[in-house]
Amino acid sequence: MSIYNTKGRIFNIQRFSIHDGPGIRTIVFFKGCFMRCAWCCNPESQSYDIQHMVENGKDKMVGRDVTVEELMPEILADVNYYRRSGGGVTLSGGEILGQPDFARDLLRACKEYGLHTAVESTANAPVESIVKILPYLDLFLMDIKHMDSEKHKEYTGADNHLILENARKLAESDVELIIRTPVVPTFNDTAEEIRAISKFAATLPGVREHHLLPYHRLGQDKYAGLGRNYSLKEILPPPQEKMEYLLSVAEESGLRCQIGG
Amino acid sequence: MENIKFVIEKSARIDKLVDALYAKMPEIESARGLLVTESYKSTENLPIINRRSAAFAHILRNIPIVIRDNELIVGSATVAPRGCQVFPEYSYEWLEAEFDTVETRDADPFYISEKTKEELRGAYSYWKGKTCSDLAKSNMSQAAYEAFTVHGMFTPGNYFYNGIGHVNVNYEKVLKKGYRGIMAEAQNALDKLDVSDPEYVQRYNFLTAVIESCEAVVEYARRYAVLARTLAKKEKDETRKAELEKIASNCMRVPEFPASDFHEACQSFWFVQLLLQVESSGHSISPGRFDQYMYPYYKKDIDAGKITIEQAQELIDCIWVKLNDINKVRDAGSADGFAGYGMFQNLIVGGQNVHGMDATNDLSYMCLEAAMHVPLPQPSISIRVWNGSPDSLLLKAGALTRLGTGLPAYYNDEVIIPSIMSRGLTLEDARDYCIIGCVEPQKGAKTDGWHDAAFFNMCRPLELVFSNGMDKGVQIGPETGDVAQMRTFEEVFEAYKTQQSYFIKLLVNANNAIDVAHATRCPLPFQSCMVDDCIGRGKSLQEGGAIYNFTGPQGFGIANNTDGLLAIKKLVFEDGSVTLAELREAMQANYGYGLTGKAAERVTNEVACSLAEEGITVTEGVIRAIYEEVTSANALPADKKARYREIKRLIDETCPKYGNDIYEADMFAREVANTYTREVEKYKNPRGGIFQAGLYPVSANVPLGAQTGATPDGRLAFTPVADGIGPASGRDVKGPTATANSVAKLEQDVASNGTLLNQKFHPSALAGMSGLTKFVALIRSYFDQKGMHMQFNVVTRETLLDAQKNPEKYKTLVVRVAGYSALFTTLSRSLQDDIINRTQQGF
Repeated sequence: MSIYNTKGRIFNIQRFSIHDGPGIRTIVFFKGCFMRCAWCCNPESQSYDIQHMVENGKDKMVGRDVTVEELMPEILADVNYYRRSGGGVTLSGGEILGQPDFARDLLRACKEYGLHTAVESTANAPVESIVKILPYLDLFLMDIKHMDSEKHKEYTGADNHLILENARKLAESDVELIIRTPVVPTFNDTAEEIRAISKFAATLPGVREHHLLPYHRLGQDKYAGLGRNYSLKEILPPPQEKMEYLLSVAEESGLRCQIGG
Repeated sequence: MENIKFVIEKSARIDKLVDALYAKMPEIESARGLLVTESYKSTENLPIINRRSAAFAHILRNIPIVIRDNELIVGSATVAPRGCQVFPEYSYEWLEAEFDTVETRDADPFYISEKTKEELRGAYSYWKGKTCSDLAKSNMSQAAYEAFTVHGMFTPGNYFYNGIGHVNVNYEKVLKKGYRGIMAEAQNALDKLDVSDPEYVQRYNFLTAVIESCEAVVEYARRYAVLARTLAKKEKDETRKAELEKIASNCMRVPEFPASDFHEACQSFWFVQLLLQVESSGHSISPGRFDQYMYPYYKKDIDAGKITIEQAQELIDCIWVKLNDINKVRDAGSADGFAGYGMFQNLIVGGQNVHGMDATNDLSYMCLEAAMHVPLPQPSISIRVWNGSPDSLLLKAGALTRLGTGLPAYYNDEVIIPSIMSRGLTLEDARDYCIIGCVEPQKGAKTDGWHDAAFFNMCRPLELVFSNGMDKGVQIGPETGDVAQMRTFEEVFEAYKTQQSYFIKLLVNANNAIDVAHATRCPLPFQSCMVDDCIGRGKSLQEGGAIYNFTGPQGFGIANNTDGLLAIKKLVFEDGSVTLAELREAMQANYGYGLTGKAAERVTNEVACSLAEEGITVTEGVIRAIYEEVTSANALPADKKARYREIKRLIDETCPKYGNDIYEADMFAREVANTYTREVEKYKNPRGGIFQAGLYPVSANVPLGAQTGATPDGRLAFTPVADGIGPASGRDVKGPTATANSVAKLEQDVASNGTLLNQKFHPSALAGMSGLTKFVALIRSYFDQKGMHMQFNVVTRETLLDAQKNPEKYKTLVVRVAGYSALFTTLSRSLQDDIINRTQQGF
């Protein structure tokens, strides 16, 4: 069967994305996730099921099944912008490793057109899934949210054992790896917590960058739209000064660090 | 860290100059109006060209002059800062009628004293029937006149009431030769005239008018030299004294003689720029390639160590301030369209030189820096981009863009050069183009472009298809048949083209009638002596003295017509879910929605007036009842109202829209645009040139939209028409790359009078070197696909606050939050607040 017939489930395609990998990119958002992070800004990404959601007062269905072949024209529409900016395609989610065959074939199709490829993932999946996509991948943007497994589980629904293990395996591959951490007040916004992640990242061979992504409330309205409760209502985004301070803490690791993607 | 070139500290002088300039409301002064009248009364026996030079000279000898505190570059048209003079030879009735309201109106108010009103009333009595506007009206066919005065099909109002402007003159020649040199050139041509030449009289008169005008300019500069010297003598502060002495010596030397240093070159430039706007009321007097013609003077002084980069920057900044000292009062209607005291003095940097090599130099960067130092509306700064433009210049431009002043505008050499060559320019001339006014390309110093000749609202001919050519109860267009009887989409589209072509013909008639009036009543000898080949041909620009002659009226409404026609195609002829008769009714009923705002007030007023005319007593209660009905649409039966709203929903939600990178929709937009551009280019003007279309509305899409009923794209009555060649507001939902891909599908190079694409961004999308490089890549990618022009509104805090209040106006506003791009209006209130707070953070 041709890779172009492989089918997957996505919930959004976002063109002119400028903060998830180099250059101007198109992001394909996969539906379905293994984790349930309390701050998730795409709550409609979590369930694999096609869902009803209210957006701006209007009903809509979230999620659709597409083949690689159907996706490619929209991805290729901006090829001019990728070339000029050094951009490409980023697969995000949800968790892209929830649909490893689809991810692999979509990345492979992108490679057949010579596009730069990236994924955003927590790598909280069987290593076989990761191995599948690596031949067609240029950049792995990997989330490490917390070094304390207990706290990790409390806020995301999953412990971090597999994540840290996979991080090391990924680092040994020849794919570029960047570690990213969402900075969420009350979860991981102390110097100790950020320092621990940065230190770990610095021990991974080949890793040169650690990005701190300040928590935002973009997804808040979507929870209501899905009939769900948003548990972090009282939490405000970290102020700029706080982010600057945490940046300086992360830089102690010797990695190249930045605020935002 | 960002490495942006030519970041130069701003001199403390600049803010002082700006504060003084904006201390008061601008004022209308009478001096020029009185002097021109006085002169005209005494020259009735002279040929018109000599009356013009005599009047110009009389004005320059007697108009009050002033040197403002802290100025290094001097010369002001008015005593009051940002004041304006009046030009009764063009038209005056509108101003006289607005004497008592001009100070209190919403858009661009001007103070006018009782004394000035009195003086001008006296002068105006001379002008009845004698103005350029009077002649233009009598030159014009009745149908053309009514098409724009009564039926709002197009508006050639700019040149009907005012001077033409829209010119770039040979500043370089004045800097190099001085007016003494130009007078010698004219004298030489006079000496060579053959008395038996059939054009001897015209040439003789013109050349003597040129000499008289130049002589007057030299005298005017000397008046400033004398004033500066007088002030220097009285000045106690030694630094200022030295400055005034330098000003005096500058004004003794330039613009009479060649400039010998950068300061003199700046002063000489300024006299040219100022006096063009004293000779005529035309706006869009565009400095053009300032970085090119000023560079030799800068380079010489820098190399000789005579001046520092900081001092040179200060002089450029001073010019930026002075460009805001010139002002123009327009009638209330035009002021709405041009709100913001627009003078459209377009100054462009970068691009190719005549040899096709990159022309970027230090001044290209310093002009962008000046626009950061002086964040005022003038000049309209533009940048030419080509495949060989240095990234560092584009990054500097991006740093200016993100300040949110809407500057600079970006232009694509790779499209414009072949585009204007297709209109007859040589390769070298095309490479040396500049931009006039808003977006209009021309080869400076050789062209009378008559750009901005009219706004043509393309939505109106489509409206007339539905009324079979009737408007306000009168048959004004061709009878294209009852729309309800049309059986194919092609029939509808053909009817639209028939209506549009007819009104383009009337537009041409109106433009040419006005053109002839300017040649007859207001030829401009001073302006003409700096455009080739007026001296050689011995005639003014207005009579066809320029090498390249064009007339450029611009169409707009492509997006609305495209979306509307596509909706008709789908709903009526493919799905069969709506009939044309039904659509006509729905549009007449504004799709079952009431009117709002000013439109509701206006319609209420019209209904009340017509009732009163019928002899019905209109009480306050009656007015309230009309208003209630107009705003609620409650007079409609409930089932009709629901059906009309359903039709609008079908249009909004099920039909393809231009601007979303949908190939078929975009290619149809191309066809719609060409119905205008390809028709306009068939016509000729009286100066021996051709018509060429532009595709841009400036801000006329708002006032002219307010005269346009509901349209078949679901647009409600009297709301704005789409801006530029971009998608209709809120119709593009796939972001800036998709929009740019769509717009690039239009045949933009046929719109050689210019096109305009606006995009909106949050400043954080341009944050850091990473943001700037992606921004530059976006521009280059659009330009790779043959986009002609692009400009950006980087939103300010104020805009975002407004977007919170009026989300329907900002549906396409993309903002980025912490690694995530999103449409602003789809976000929750609290998140919007977060984003607004972010606009205050640094980069």
